Amino acid sequence: MNAFEYTFLIPFIPLLGFLLIIFNFKRFPKKLTAALATSLIGISFVLSVYTAWQYFIIMGPLHGVYPKIIGNHFEWLKLGEHLSVHMGTLIDQASVMMLIVVSTVSLMVHIYSIGYMHDDRGFNRFFAFLQLFSFSMLSLVIATNVFQIYIFWELVGVSSFLLIGFYYEKPSAVAASKKAFIVTRFADLFFLLGILLISFHTDTFDFISLTNPENFERFNLHGTTFLGLSIPALALILIFVGGAGKSAMFPLHIWLPDAMEGPSPVSALIHAATMVVAGVYLVARMFANYAIMAPEALALVGYVGAFTSLFAAVIATTQIDFKRVLAFSTISQIGYMMAALGVSGYGEEAGLGYMASMFHLFTHAMFKALLFLGAGAVIHAVHTNSIREMGGLRKYMKTTHITFLIATLAIAGFPGLSGFFSKDEIITAAHQSYPLVFYTLLVVAGLTAFYMFRLYFLVFWNTETHYHHKPHDPGKAMLIPLIILAVLSIVSGYIPFGEFVSSDGKPLHTHLHFDIAIISTLVSFVGIAIAWFLYKKSSDLTSHLIARWGTFYRWAYNKFYIDEVYLFITHNIIFAYISRPIAWFDRHVVDGTMNVIGWITVTTSEKIKGMQSGQLQQYAFAFVSAILVISAFLIYYLINN
Amino acid sequence: MTYSLLSIMRQELGLIVITLLVLFLDLFVRETNKQKVYIITLILFGIHTLAGFFPFEGGTLFGGMFHTTPMHILMKNVLNIGVFLVLLMSASWLIMPRISDKRNEFLMILLTTLSGMYFMISAGDFLMFYIGLEIASIPMAVLAAFEKFKSRSEEAGIKFLLNSALSTGFLLFGLSLFYAAGGTLYFDDFSHSISQPSPLVALALTFLLSGLAFKLSLVPFHFWTADVYEGSPMVVTSYFSVISKGSVAFVLGILLFKVFPAFIGLWQFVIYALAIATMLIGNLFALRQKNIKRFLAFSSIAQAGFILLGLLQTDTFGITVIIYFVLIYILSNLAAFGVAQAISVATGKENIEDYNGLYKTNPSLSLIMMLALFSLSGIPPVAGFFSKFFLFTAAAKAGYYRLVFIAVVNTTIALYYYLLVVKAMFINPNPNPLPPIRSDNYLRSALFITVVGIFLAGILSPVFEYMQAIVDKF
Repeated sequence: MNAFEYTFLIPFIPLLGFLLIIFNFKRFPKKLTAALATSLIGISFVLSVYTAWQYFIIMGPLHGVYPKIIGNHFEWLKLGEHLSVHMGTLIDQASVMMLIVVSTVSLMVHIYSIGYMHDDRGFNRFFAFLQLFSFSMLSLVIATNVFQIYIFWELVGVSSFLLIGFYYEKPSAVAASKKAFIVTRFADLFFLLGILLISFHTDTFDFISLTNPENFERFNLHGTTFLGLSIPALALILIFVGGAGKSAMFPLHIWLPDAMEGPSPVSALIHAATMVVAGVYLVARMFANYAIMAPEALALVGYVGAFTSLFAAVIATTQIDFKRVLAFSTISQIGYMMAALGVSGYGEEAGLGYMASMFHLFTHAMFKALLFLGAGAVIHAVHTNSIREMGGLRKYMKTTHITFLIATLAIAGFPGLSGFFSKDEIITAAHQSYPLVFYTLLVVAGLTAFYMFRLYFLVFWNTETHYHHKPHDPGKAMLIPLIILAVLSIVSGYIPFGEFVSSDGKPLHTHLHFDIAIISTLVSFVGIAIAWFLYKKSSDLTSHLIARWGTFYRWAYNKFYIDEVYLFITHNIIFAYISRPIAWFDRHVVDGTMNVIGWITVTTSEKIKGMQSGQLQQYAFAFVSAILVISAFLIYYLINN
Repeated sequence: MTYSLLSIMRQELGLIVITLLVLFLDLFVRETNKQKVYIITLILFGIHTLAGFFPFEGGTLFGGMFHTTPMHILMKNVLNIGVFLVLLMSASWLIMPRISDKRNEFLMILLTTLSGMYFMISAGDFLMFYIGLEIASIPMAVLAAFEKFKSRSEEAGIKFLLNSALSTGFLLFGLSLFYAAGGTLYFDDFSHSISQPSPLVALALTFLLSGLAFKLSLVPFHFWTADVYEGSPMVVTSYFSVISKGSVAFVLGILLFKVFPAFIGLWQFVIYALAIATMLIGNLFALRQKNIKRFLAFSSIAQAGFILLGLLQTDTFGITVIIYFVLIYILSNLAAFGVAQAISVATGKENIEDYNGLYKTNPSLSLIMMLALFSLSGIPPVAGFFSKFFLFTAAAKAGYYRLVFIAVVNTTIALYYYLLVVKAMFINPNPNPLPPIRSDNYLRSALFITVVGIFLAGILSPVFEYMQAIVDKF
C-alpha cells in the first residue's frame, strides 16, 4: 500500500476519452467532444500536479534521497523463472517531471485545438487521436520497466503516424506519415534488440533494479561482442539508436521536418514538446547504466547530440518554411539535451549535465510548444507557410506577436527567461570536461539566436505583404494557451530544478555561473544583432527610402552597404559554402542512402521474380539441388567434428 | 483396452465420426436439404472444438505408435479453431453455382485432411507419422483442384500432386534410412539407440527435413507455393497457408525436440540457414505481388521463416512460443483471407489495386484488413507483436543474436509491403471503388472471432500462460 496508487488514473482517463469519442464519432457534436476531451485531460493534468506536489513537497527526500516508488503494478506475463513483465506506474523524479510536461502541454494543445480545428470535418477524429496520444505518452513516462516503455513507445509512434497523416487527402501528408513511421520503426527494432540483450544479461526488465548501481556487481555482463564492445555498451548503444530515431538525431532525423505536414497543434504537442524528447527521456531513465556500465556509449550519445545540434542549427538558417525552421530548431535543441546527458557523470556535482538536460527538456517544452502554437496562429491567419509571404504582422496580431517574442527570447537564451537558465547549466556542464562539445554548443547558441530572430523579424517586421484578408489575432480558445505558455516560458527558469531532479536522487544545489553566462549571453546577442541588421527591414524598403528622401541618402546608403556586406558574407559565403552543402548532404546522401537501400530491395525482388517460372521441372531441380547442398554440408560437418 | 482406446483417441474418433456422418448425410439427403448438412457439420465441429478443451491426461496406444498428451491436445485445439474459422468462411463460396452440388464433399475432404494432421501430431513412430502426413496431403490436391472447371485450379491440383510426390519420395527414403541406422521405427527407441550421428543419419535427416520443409514451404522448397496458392479457391488457399503449415510446424517441433535432440548440432545449422533464406526470399517476393492471394502466399512463406526461430530454443519455452505463434498467425492470416474472401465472392476481384479506396465504401472490412496486416507485421499492441516478440526472445535466449537481427530487419521490410495494402485501401484515390459488400453471417461471425482474438490473445496474458503451463507439464 502506498500513497501513489491513484497514479494509474493519469493515463487511463485519456484512454477513456479516446474510447468514448471513437465509438461515438459520428454521433457526438463538436462541442461535446471538445468539452469531454479537454475536461478529461484537465483531470489528468490536475492529478499530475497533485502527484508532483505530493512527491516533491509533502513527501520530499527520504534520508536526503528521493525514493523511487512503484505506484501500482501487476504481473502481466511470466517469461521464465526469473524474468517476468509487469505493467504499472513508477513514481520518481524524472517521471513526475515528465508527467507535468506532458499533461501541461497536452492540456494547452487541447484548448488551442478547439479554436484551431473548429471548421475541420475531422474534428472528432482529431480529438480522439489526441486522447490516444496523451494516453500512450503518459503511460510511457511512468513505465516501470523497459518492456512497458517499448510497448507505449510503439503506441506513441502509431498515434503520431495517425496525426501526421491527419489530412489524408494531401499526398504529402500521407507520404510524411509513412516516412516517419518507417524511420522510427526501423530505429525501434534496434531498441528491441537492445532490450533483449540487456534483459538476458541482467535477468530483469524493471528500471528500479536495472538502474540501481548496487546491483551492477551481480549482473552477468562478461564477454565481448563484435567490434570489441562490451555487452552493456552494445546493448545501450542499440537502445540509444531507438532513442535517436524517436528524438530525430542525425542521421535518423529525416522524418521530423516532413512531419510538419500534420496540423500545427500536433507539431506542438508531439514534434516539439513530448514524443520527440522520448529518446532523451529513455537515455535519462537508464542513465546510471550508461554512466557506470558503459561510459563509451554515453560519450557517443554526447557527440551525436552535439553534432546533430550544430548540423540542424546551420540548416535552420536557410529554411523559408515557417514550421520547418521550427522543426530544425527542435532537432537542434534535442541535440543539446542529448549532448548534456553525454557530458554528464553520475551522482553529486558530476551529475550536473543530467540535471541540465532535464531542465532544458522542461523549459524547451514550454517555449517550443508556444512557438509552434504561435506559428499555427500565424499560418491560420495568413494561409501560407512561407515566411517570404509574411511580414509586418506585429500590427495585426498583437498578442500573438508578444507571446512569440517571449518564446523567441527564451529559446535564444535572453537573460532572465527560462531558456537562459537551462542553457547556462548545459554549457557549464560541457565546459567542465568536454571542450569540443562546449565550443560546439556555444556556436549553436549563437546560431539559434540568429535563426530565431531571422524568423521573428521576417514574420513580424520587415516588409508588409499585401494580404487578401486582413490578418487578425485568433479567438480566445487559441489565445489563452499562448498566454499561459508565455508566462510559463518566463517563470519555469526560476524553478530550483536541481533540488527536484538529479542523477542519483540527492538534491543538487546549483547556482548561476556568471563567467559562462556572460559568454553565452554575448554570443546570443551577436546572433540577435546580425538578424536585426539583416532582416528587420528588407533592402527593398531601404532603396525605396533612398529614392524618396534624399537627405537620408547617406545614412541609408551606409546601411544598405552594411546590409550588402552582411548579405554577401552570409548568403554568398556561409550559406553557399557551408549551409547549402550541409543541406545538400542531408537531402542527397542521407535521404539518398535510404532510397538506395529501398531501390536495392525492389530491384532484387524484381530479378528473382524470374525464378518463379511455373515450370515444374525447374522446381524439382531446385528441390533436389537444395537437398544435395544440405546433405553435403552436413556430412562435411560431421567428418570435421 | 476398448475403453482406453475410446478415451485416448477420442479427438480422432470424434472427427472421423463427424466426417463419416457428413458422407452419409450427403448421400441420403435431398438436394434441397444440402445446406442443412453444412449447418449440422458446423455445429458438430463447434462442439468437437470446445470438447477438446476439457482437461485430459492422454496416454499411449498400440505399443507406442500413438500417444497423446495435454501438449498434443493443445496443438490439435489450435488447429480446430483455425478449421472452424475456415468452415465459417467457406459458407458463401460453397453455395456458388458449380460448387454447390458438391459442397458437402468439400467438408468431408477438409475434415479428412485434419484427421491426418491429428495422427501426424500424435504419432509415436515413423510409420504412423508418415501415414498421417499422407492422409493430410493427398486429399489436399483434390481441394486445390476443387474448382475443376477453372484451368488454374486444375493446374494447382496437379502441380501440388506432382511436387508433393517428389517430396514424399525423399521423405520416405529418409525414414527408411533412419530404420537402417537405428533398427527401429519407434521414436522412443530411436532416440535411445543412436547417440552419435553418422553420415547415414545426416543424409536421412536431410531427406526428412526437406520433406517437411516442402510442406512448410521453406525456401528453396517453396516454389510450388505461389502457383498452387494462386490457382486454388480462396478458402483452400487460406487452409493451405494456415492450418496445413501450422500442423507441420508442430510436427517439426516435436520431431526435432523429442526424437533428434542428440543431433542438435546438425539440424540447428540447417534450421538457421533455412530461416534466413525463407524470411529474406519470402519478403522479397511478397514485395512485388499484385494479386492478393499471391501476396498473402508469399507473406506466409516469410512468416514460416519466423516460426523456425522458435525451433532454435530447445526447451519448453520454444514449443510454447511456436504454438502461440501459430495460434496468432491463424487468427491474423484468416482475418486477412476472410476479407479477401468476402471481396472475391461478392465481386470476383482479387488484385490489390482493386482495393483502392476500399475504405470509402467498406470501412469495416478495411479496418479488419488493416488490423490483420498490423498483426502480421507485428505492431503492438495487437497480438502479432507478442508472438513475434516471444519468437525473438526464444532465439535470443539460445544466443542467436545475429539471426534475431536479420529477423528484425525482415519485419521492417514486411512492414513496408503490408503498409502498401493499407495504403491502397485508405489512401489511394479511386473514382470507382468496389461497391459496399454485405457478406453472410457466417463470414461475419468468423471475422468477429478473429478480430476479438487478435486483440485479446495478445493483451490477455492468461492465454500464453495457459499454454506454457500445459507445455511445461509435458
